[in-house]
Amino acid sequence: MAKLSTPAELLKIDYNPPQSENWMDQPVELKPGNFCWGAKGKNLATVEFPNARDWSPVEENWKLPKDWEGTVLEAMADRLSKYRSFKVFMDICVRCGACADKCHFFIGGGDPKNMPVLRAELLRSVYRKYFTSSGKYLGKLAGARELNLSVLKEWWYYFYQCTECRRCSVFCPYGIDTAEITMMAREFTNLLGLNTDWISGPVANCYMKGNHLGLEPHAIMNSIEGMIDDIETITGIRINPSFNRKGAEILFVTPSGDLFADPGTFTCMGYMMLFHELGLDYTWSTYASEGGNFGFFTSNEMAKRLNSKIYAEAKRLGVKYIIGGECGHMWRVLNQYMDTWNGPTDFMEVPKSPITGTVFDNAASTKMIHVTEFTADLIKNNKLKLDPSRNDDLVVTYHDSCNTARGMGLLEEPRYIINNVCNKFHEMPDNTIRERTFCCGSGTGLNASENMEIRMRGGYPRANAVKHVKEQHGVNTLANICAIDRATLSASMDYWVPGTRVTGVHELVANALIMTGEKERETDLRGEPLPGKGGNE
Amino acid sequence: MSLKVILSAKKDGLLAAWFDRILDTYPAETAKFLKNQKDKFANPVGQAIHAGIEDIFRELLNGGEIEKISGFLDNIIRVRAIQEFSASQAVAFIFFLKSVIRDGIKDTPLTPELSEELVALESQIDSLALIAFDIFMQCREKLYEIKANEMKNMTYRLLQKANMVTETEDPEKQTNFIAIQKKEVNT
Repeated sequence: MAKLSTPAELLKIDYNPPQSENWMDQPVELKPGNFCWGAKGKNLATVEFPNARDWSPVEENWKLPKDWEGTVLEAMADRLSKYRSFKVFMDICVRCGACADKCHFFIGGGDPKNMPVLRAELLRSVYRKYFTSSGKYLGKLAGARELNLSVLKEWWYYFYQCTECRRCSVFCPYGIDTAEITMMAREFTNLLGLNTDWISGPVANCYMKGNHLGLEPHAIMNSIEGMIDDIETITGIRINPSFNRKGAEILFVTPSGDLFADPGTFTCMGYMMLFHELGLDYTWSTYASEGGNFGFFTSNEMAKRLNSKIYAEAKRLGVKYIIGGECGHMWRVLNQYMDTWNGPTDFMEVPKSPITGTVFDNAASTKMIHVTEFTADLIKNNKLKLDPSRNDDLVVTYHDSCNTARGMGLLEEPRYIINNVCNKFHEMPDNTIRERTFCCGSGTGLNASENMEIRMRGGYPRANAVKHVKEQHGVNTLANICAIDRATLSASMDYWVPGTRVTGVHELVANALIMTGEKERETDLRGEPLPGKGGNE
Repeated sequence: MSLKVILSAKKDGLLAAWFDRILDTYPAETAKFLKNQKDKFANPVGQAIHAGIEDIFRELLNGGEIEKISGFLDNIIRVRAIQEFSASQAVAFIFFLKSVIRDGIKDTPLTPELSEELVALESQIDSLALIAFDIFMQCREKLYEIKANEMKNMTYRLLQKANMVTETEDPEKQTNFIAIQKKEVNT
């Protein structure tokens, strides 16, 4: 019979990396709650990804193709020659540790292999073995190791625990972008058919139907129709957006999460109410019906393929420029990659607001502007009638989405808008916002349910800052401009800071927006009584 | 001198020892970070534990109001409930306090009165462990509730997409209810 242990003995946990033994000697143990289910073969086959078959991460046999090691090393050689940044990032890290304690997964979870430096080392060690003289001859002494199944499993486990948020890169004195290292590792795993169901499903859907959820045109229109009904109930105004309309001035593209998932739908209602009030000549597309790009979490080529539909649709419809909705990684793609992949476009014009005349030179090449840039400009030029007191029951703070903040520097516009449509706004502490913002914990396709523990760990640093402003200022609303944030921060708040409402910025705008001919509003967009209405004072 | 007075005088040392013991449950590199980074936003886990045990210790010596002490325990256990600990590992840090206290007063002669007080205090610490287990369970249940809600929402949306669920309204638009329509599943 086993002896009863003392608490101290019980707590002797058997993962004890760097100091006790070399991290390389510790084979990965896939712990439930930390990873997502494996990709389905049919979804991989849809986009012609290699080694399409059903597989499970918990099974010993990952059904890898023959000579998979050769495939990976060949791809690594190819990417090293193609991307100078990858080569530099492999070589120049001096392991100073500046990044080590900046990752939300390390901070919240405590697994040392989630220190960005060590996570990158998982890949670097293999690079050294096969691509550097020191690694070839000195092996482990030079921090090199062979690529084998155990290493591959470790890659898969940890590179699908990185949200590519790039917080660590802000602190790196060399500017190493660890997100790009994760991207490379994900490229390699995709060559072997190793991705997650949560990513590969949306990729296949997007490729076949135009959006991650696989919504067909009638479903998109039905969903928007439902929102129009709700808007009419709340404001008395019936709006009539158009779909796939040739000759419209503007194409509007937003993440499909806004079409089908609360609280994103309220943000979507917000866009439509604003555009209606302005009389904007815009159209939805049921083909370019996804701003997000889960292909970005698989490979560069796949991301490019999925992105191409936006310009293709803009060309087909003959629009002058594109406005994009509130989304995170969508904007990293649009701002940093789209122009190189599928542009520059010669069939559109530099975006110019038809209301204010402002020319958005910052989008002179991409021809696509963020909806908060558009709206902030309207407010700056006094083009909107606003009643911020309608949001007076909301004490708001703002979460900078990683990709819009660090990926495109969109820091002031959302704050400017919020401060004009709400009377009560409080910032979270400086080291948790703007360029140093903490990730929601569930980006890059980690927003599945089966990995809830890792999501909560990753979400803790952000939630901790929200809790602080809640205690200090009574904050009850967390605004953001990202569809994944809207979905996943709701779960994170539910666990860490219950009672916190998660909202898109344009939901707040539409609450405050005084529309021409509207009836006296009794409720906000969620159907809840406005301050002073319904006895909720 | 009562035990509480003795413990209050030794508070800093006892808390430091308790903190170190808890940090030992993390990998060495992590423990170093949790201990040394004092900014509570850069190191929420370390600081939640640090502040939490101080609050618990203070409340324990001041009579131990369950509501207050539960809140303090929650701040620590909510974190450990989603880290890579088993249930016993997540809450066992409470018991450390017993040995930390015994070690801390080992040079103090244990009079019958002190001994009695110590037994009473240790019994209170045992009660804390029971409360801690309740909190741990609440956290885990919350986690599964969140998972279940996400699945429920997703399933409902999928049914909507497949046109298998529609929101039906009566002619007066007075009531809303969900009706599962008898449509063949298109496989």
